[in-house]
Amino acid sequence: MALPSSLSDAAAPDAERLLGLYATMQRIRLFETLADEAHKAGQVASYIHLSIGQEAIAAAVGANLRKDDVLTSTHRGHGHTIAKGADPLAMFRELCGRAGGTCGGKGGSMHIADFAVGMLGANGVVAAGLPIAVGAAHAIALKGEDRIAVCFFGDGATNRGPFLEALNWAAAFRLPVLFVCEDNGYGATTRTGSVSAGGGPGSRAESLGIPVTVVDGNDLAAVDVVAAVLVRAVRDGGGPQFLHARTYRFRGHTSSDPATYRDAAEVQAQLASNDPIRRAAATLAELGVTPDVLERVERHEREALAAALATALDSPWPDLRTAFTDVQDIGAPQ
Amino acid sequence: MSRLTYREAARLALAHELAADPAVWTLGEDIGRGGVFGQYQGLQAEFGPSRVVDTPISEAAIMGGAVGAALLGTRPVVEMRFSDFALCAVDELVNQAAKARYMFGGQARVPLVVRQPVGLWSNSAAQHSQSLESWYVHIPGLVVLAPATPADNYGLLRAAIRSDDPVVHLEHKDLWSAEGEVPLDGEWEVPIGVARRVREGRDVTVVTWSGGVRIAEEAAAVAETQGVSLDILDLRSLWPWDRGAVLESVARTGRLLVVHEAVEVAGFGAEIAATVADALFGALKAPVRRLGAPRIPVPYSPALEPASRITAPAVAAAAAGLVSWRS
Ligand SMILES: Cc1ncc(C[n+]2csc(CCOP(=O)(O)OP(=O)(O)O)c2C)c(N)n1
Repeated sequence: MALPSSLSDAAAPDAERLLGLYATMQRIRLFETLADEAHKAGQVASYIHLSIGQEAIAAAVGANLRKDDVLTSTHRGHGHTIAKGADPLAMFRELCGRAGGTCGGKGGSMHIADFAVGMLGANGVVAAGLPIAVGAAHAIALKGEDRIAVCFFGDGATNRGPFLEALNWAAAFRLPVLFVCEDNGYGATTRTGSVSAGGGPGSRAESLGIPVTVVDGNDLAAVDVVAAVLVRAVRDGGGPQFLHARTYRFRGHTSSDPATYRDAAEVQAQLASNDPIRRAAATLAELGVTPDVLERVERHEREALAAALATALDSPWPDLRTAFTDVQDIGAPQ
Repeated sequence: MSRLTYREAARLALAHELAADPAVWTLGEDIGRGGVFGQYQGLQAEFGPSRVVDTPISEAAIMGGAVGAALLGTRPVVEMRFSDFALCAVDELVNQAAKARYMFGGQARVPLVVRQPVGLWSNSAAQHSQSLESWYVHIPGLVVLAPATPADNYGLLRAAIRSDDPVVHLEHKDLWSAEGEVPLDGEWEVPIGVARRVREGRDVTVVTWSGGVRIAEEAAAVAETQGVSLDILDLRSLWPWDRGAVLESVARTGRLLVVHEAVEVAGFGAEIAATVADALFGALKAPVRRLGAPRIPVPYSPALEPASRITAPAVAAAAAGLVSWRS
């Protein structure tokens, strides 16, 4: 699909709305910065995947969803979960493995989910979220609701079979799904371009008749405008849409990955000119928002998140008996 | 003999086979940079990107492609990163690799090795912690290996690569840094299907493999202080498995405890228990017992993961229970 005409016609971004999205981006960035520190201090187990540098996509898409819309995510799911409205305290508790975590400490970072806000789960298996989102959309269609499903996935995931199967399914049944490819150029340590044939993620969607919109995923206002149009198109029953958002992962694949496989100049250039938060701040400044307002937003988020992490770390461990709950009803373990 | 880690032993085994046989090659995600656990470190630099192949994230294609390449006489060594992701390629492994020779009336062999790290490691939760060895043992056509030591990882991986059958090679994620002596000389390999006696004992035969071996050894020390002596066998090869060694030991001790990290229900321990109960019914002094994980997905939290863990005290207690058993 050509870019929706409404995008080029779009009025100048609204400062108040953009400031709200900016706050969400800060919340994601600061949540992950604190989670990273806690991980390095041994307070968060396993490994965690940070989305630092990719916040604009989560924040802007999330802001265009209703609470009853649903989404599936990747292993890099903190941002999506926050943007969908999950409580950072419950998320920190989950990362720290404490009682009161979004999944009771059974999932951790890689499987974070909060069904109360429609977040159907991060996933430890690349591309596994795509068919799940499509299935959710199918159920929505069956019930005749006007909710939509959104599916976040990486460029690496487009090389797995479930990607094609899910897209085909969604297109064949004209399901209400918004596919959002967060194309950060890498799948773990491998440059995706070196192992992917053809014209990139969008060309695969196009071959199945799904309209594709490409956006600079680090331009908050642009993602917001495009997401609004695509969410509306999907909600109005037009079938699936595919958003190809180009972005960059500022950190390693996991928080303990120094990412030495990347060219230092490439990383430097991205850090210097393509930080979505700094770009959004610049746009806000142009719209007349003063630096102290931005600072206040950041300080507010920082303090709230630091307090949430402290509370999480003070929270009790889950009772070992809960390891045996929620397995199944019939034949449940003793 | 050299003192090596489990990781380095496997790397050298693969390097030796790559050097010895031009038909051997290896493929998987991120292996050019050393693999998830560093077990492929330096191999791409040494053998080039066409023999150490970085693939897209495409498990089904990796496995299916390896089947095709094996049918044409090459010897692919496939990396699945975590055994959990090998589930994305189960059709290719179970319906294709395991069956091709049989279904095609022996016209072709499928000499591939699939490496899939197993076991509990670092709170990695339910999609990165499974031990699914019994699934593969259930499939006619597959060889299933589960080394517990650097020497066995070296020797079994070499044997696996040289074998003409498809081999599932299950390395334990928590053993990569474990050290041990490895004979690196010449053509040395570990024969597939032969158990290793870890420790001699009188009272209870403990049969285990992979991560269970260390736990059983610790348990033996605890049990010894209670006057219970464990005879420990590391199966290291689950298909074929060394019935002879197990039956010989249980015939002496009269008691069997199978210990594995996998979920106990329908685990491979059930096969061993049934075999022993069948063959040695009259010689048993106590019922055959198994100790495996409860049938729950592995939980993430450091407070919960222990529920999935088998421990040395539990093994020692189970062994003591067998010794004091009265009908
Ligand atoms: C089926 C499967 N294969 C491999 C992995 C290991 N893995 C986890 S994330 C990842 C990279 C994914 O890249 P991409 O989809 O581009 O997402 P990004 O990490 O860039 O956000 C890999 C290979 C996995 N989790 N699941």
